[in-house]
Amino acid sequence: MNTTTWLEYLLSFLILSGAVFTFIGSLGLARLRDFYTRLHGPTKATTLGLGSLLIASALYFSTRSTGISLHEVLVTFFLFITAPVSAHLLAKAALHLKLPSLATTPEETSQTHKKTNAPSEESH
Amino acid sequence: MRRLLPHPLLTLALASLWLLLTNSIAPGQIVLGLVLGWGIPFLTRRICPEKVQIHKPLTLLHFIGVVLMDIVLANLTVARLILGRPQSLRPAFVVLPLTLTSDIAISLLANTITLTPGTLSALLSPDRKTLLIHALDVDDSDTLVATIKQRYERPLKEIFEAC
Repeated sequence: MNTTTWLEYLLSFLILSGAVFTFIGSLGLARLRDFYTRLHGPTKATTLGLGSLLIASALYFSTRSTGISLHEVLVTFFLFITAPVSAHLLAKAALHLKLPSLATTPEETSQTHKKTNAPSEESH
Repeated sequence: MRRLLPHPLLTLALASLWLLLTNSIAPGQIVLGLVLGWGIPFLTRRICPEKVQIHKPLTLLHFIGVVLMDIVLANLTVARLILGRPQSLRPAFVVLPLTLTSDIAISLLANTITLTPGTLSALLSPDRKTLLIHALDVDDSDTLVATIKQRYERPLKEIFEAC
């Protein structure tokens, strides 16, 4: 009985913190000011949020039903592999489209650089 | 041997992936997983990239531990930055010179950078010599580059590229 209560406290804590972190990640989309900084919210804060939710899910189904449940491990694994890739592609597309950025983009830096030594660029 | 079993590690990885998907360790599933793990790399060996070799498994485990720890810290940092004052952030692009050469090491490094504190890998230069990183809040870009090189790139180089 006692262990069940503790387990429920643990599960509630995990689910609540998961929800809070996911919310903060989404809040970042509204609070941050340019495309590149907004990318940071969904790739990070949500990872921990989803992580907590998935651990809670794994614990719950491992203790309630027969046998341990490891599907959540797979979900985490795929999430950790795919989230950075999509963020990378979004950032790459943003650079290509020259979206306005708070930071100096390398495009701007290299353009000033190109102007100073244009002959060497042409020799390629 | 090499032709029959082109990617031993991939075979094991696919087999365990299969077992996780079916959520069982019945003998039949293990055999089926191993068959799939052998068959898929075998049939796709012409389009498969380079062979992956892990030189230091212990370093890999340690690296995974460090990265998981850093992911938790990264989340707290980014959460604090979002809830704090977004106006005071100092985002910047930082160029990281790469010493890694293998595909898997570079992609793992890029993934790690995206998952860890306040940094996001944005662009790999076509010659694979530099990786462009966007950082959310930078004090000093040289320190950032040095940290990434020391903390993530060096272990990855040890693990995947024996030197």
